[in-house]
Amino acid sequence: MAFKLMRAAIAVAALTVATGASAQECIAPANPGGGWDFTCRQVGKTMQDLGLIDSTMQVVNLAGGGGGVAFAEVVNKRNDDDNLIVAASSATATRLAQGAYPGNSMDQVRWVGSIGADYGVIAVAADSDIQTLPELLDKIKADPNSVSVAGGSAVGGWDHLKVLIAADAYGIDDVRKVKYIAFDGGGEAVTQLLAGSVQAFTGDLSEAKGFVDSGDIRVIAVLAPERLDGEFSEFPTAKEQGVDAIGANWRGFYAPGGMSDEAYQMWVDKVGQLYASDEWKQVMAANGLAPLDLQGAEFESFVQNSVQQIQDISRQIGIIK
Amino acid sequence: MDTLMSLADGFHTALTFENLLLALLGTFLGTMMGALPGLGPSNGVAILIPLAFTLGLGATPSLILLTSVYYGAMYGGRISSILLNIPGDEPAMMTCLDGYPMAKKGLAGEALSLSGIASFVGAFIATWGLILLAPQLVKFALLFGPAEYFALFALAFATLGGVSSTNQAKSAFAAMLGLGLSVIGVDTQTGVPRLTFGEVHLYDGLDFLVAIVGLFALSEVFIFLEHRHGSATGAGHKVSVGRITPPWKMVKETTPTMLRSSLLGFVAGVLPGAGASLGSFISYSMEKKLVDRKNTFGTGDPRGVAAPEAGNNAAAGGALVPMLALGVPGSGTTAVLLAVLLSLNITPGPLLFQNNPDVVWGLIAALFIANFMLLAMNIPMVGIFTRVLMIPPRILMPIVAMVSFVGIYGISGSSFDLLVMIGFGVMGWLLRKLDVPLVPIILGTLLGNTMENNLRRAVTISNGDYWTLVGSPLAIGLWTVAIVGFILPLFLSRFVKARMHERRDDEGAISD
Repeated sequence: MAFKLMRAAIAVAALTVATGASAQECIAPANPGGGWDFTCRQVGKTMQDLGLIDSTMQVVNLAGGGGGVAFAEVVNKRNDDDNLIVAASSATATRLAQGAYPGNSMDQVRWVGSIGADYGVIAVAADSDIQTLPELLDKIKADPNSVSVAGGSAVGGWDHLKVLIAADAYGIDDVRKVKYIAFDGGGEAVTQLLAGSVQAFTGDLSEAKGFVDSGDIRVIAVLAPERLDGEFSEFPTAKEQGVDAIGANWRGFYAPGGMSDEAYQMWVDKVGQLYASDEWKQVMAANGLAPLDLQGAEFESFVQNSVQQIQDISRQIGIIK
Repeated sequence: MDTLMSLADGFHTALTFENLLLALLGTFLGTMMGALPGLGPSNGVAILIPLAFTLGLGATPSLILLTSVYYGAMYGGRISSILLNIPGDEPAMMTCLDGYPMAKKGLAGEALSLSGIASFVGAFIATWGLILLAPQLVKFALLFGPAEYFALFALAFATLGGVSSTNQAKSAFAAMLGLGLSVIGVDTQTGVPRLTFGEVHLYDGLDFLVAIVGLFALSEVFIFLEHRHGSATGAGHKVSVGRITPPWKMVKETTPTMLRSSLLGFVAGVLPGAGASLGSFISYSMEKKLVDRKNTFGTGDPRGVAAPEAGNNAAAGGALVPMLALGVPGSGTTAVLLAVLLSLNITPGPLLFQNNPDVVWGLIAALFIANFMLLAMNIPMVGIFTRVLMIPPRILMPIVAMVSFVGIYGISGSSFDLLVMIGFGVMGWLLRKLDVPLVPIILGTLLGNTMENNLRRAVTISNGDYWTLVGSPLAIGLWTVAIVGFILPLFLSRFVKARMHERRDDEGAISD
């Protein structure tokens, strides 16, 4: 009896790793619960609802090395798999730009398309006396030690870079002086903002949304080229406050470099159809995702520019040489 | 009154035939996954997400299914801890300490059913805590900044002496080894990889599950291989498994332990930076310090089984508080549940209770239902579980090895992790030979990283001023408990020993 039970449980476990020839698979290069995991699961679910794929998308969590394990796995072992896409975001571009995936570069895979962008925000607690982005940056300029900025990524990661981009645009000479405190995820960072341990938060709009709705935190700048739509339109952009800083955490997919052209085109079309659907518009609205509609070659050159830009900033602030 | 009305609405939502069926399925699968070494609650929940989507379930039924799996896995983790000395997941590690010795003494049935009851008590109290105290608890969690978290982890380490009753020096050595292992990976505070030797698989650090399965399960297999010509082949050896219900006396004796541990575990669960492992660990070591007068903890004391199980199940309930009330995951599993909420287009956060009351209260009602189901399911199933003990090792050990490999590969999909697991297996085998306890290694690895990060966050925020670590009343309070908990037993044991000597002298005098 115990054997039977064990066998049943193993079978359930095996179901998730089994990759049938026909089943579409999405690798989330992180543990369940993060942004990449969300990308795979949400896209898989919506594609299934829309009938774009005939069976449930297999979501495989291949965590490690900030996505580097999955990248290496795809390049080395799954290079000609036609049924595979991998969730990616600005964090992927950041690590590729900083050489944090040892021996791998962005041209080893094919870039499929984007499903939206999550613009960066800089926020303070609702009871803070800081009202605008220039006020915050002035404070940092005057005494960098007086302001701790919390974010969900490690030092050198995308959340950190966003605040540095803003500081750089404001004319703070040595951006390395900006005090950044790394937490395990945006949620923990916002919690510490509420607890009063830190003075400012840098992260994505979607991470901050719940707390903005409840009135606990105040967004002092969105790092978008222009004001966002709908309920987010009340947030001022950094640009209109005289700080020319844009930071979008795009979300999208790459596919194995050896994927056949037909399969690649099929995925590009599917992601395009998904993006165009009303269902996806609703998902984007509910999660604070802003439009970013790029597929195929367009997306490829977008990622290339993004990698180049991050490389420049990182070199400037001394994260890479 | 409002709360009770909402709860009644919640039960109204949850008590449909379909939902009950889902809860039953969830609790059963959860228990199984919890019992398998390697598969823990967070993987269990992640594995079943596709099932929820395939069945096209709405928000409430999906959450009912997945939280049933969560609670089920928390229950199930104890089974392999007690029967095989192999923790089914991280929080169940502490249950090994007294559960396995109990099983060896022929009390496996009692240990399993008692721990089932303890799990029930923990989860039950935690669910009530979640209902009645969620808003207030959030304010409490906000008192914890990096400095306070550091003090809390220091407190946990100060009670480490409670973990192993044998050799304190070896226990300290094991903890240090664990702390050393925890620094492997990219340091988030500087972005620099430490001790990774350019190996990208090590950038995120060592996976605790890989370490646990290697240290506990594989080393067991190695030890069996080593002795295979000896006693282990003795077929048909009679194993006494005990009765499947605990005697009332045992339940009565452990009731205060369960209640205390449930409270401690619940508090640990509520803090987003702490979690279930810390909950079961603190529950166990505090309980040992409080009631272990005769030094029976670690040798099969029923209280040593009840404490961590009540603690970790209460922590699982506690972890739902920051998830529901703040949208911040308090554990790996709640992070997965949050992702599910997002996929269902429900924005977690401070307004969840107002915007989606049906989801929240349906979920809470489902927790009660799942908890009762688990109790009803677990007690009769004890008889089935204990049969595992009757499987001769020459059949059981290959199964353990297979489940370990399949489980770890299934989670990470990486053969590198299998090599790491084998490495830990060899290390575990060696350390067992040297009589070094294994539990402090995992605790060091599990808690060391968070502890270090919080120390450095606190000091960075204060611009290098270490006084910040004792900068709030809460931090001072935690340090006081830590120091008293560490030093007091040293004096106390001397005092008790002196008293015992005295008494012996007295008795000697009388018999003269």
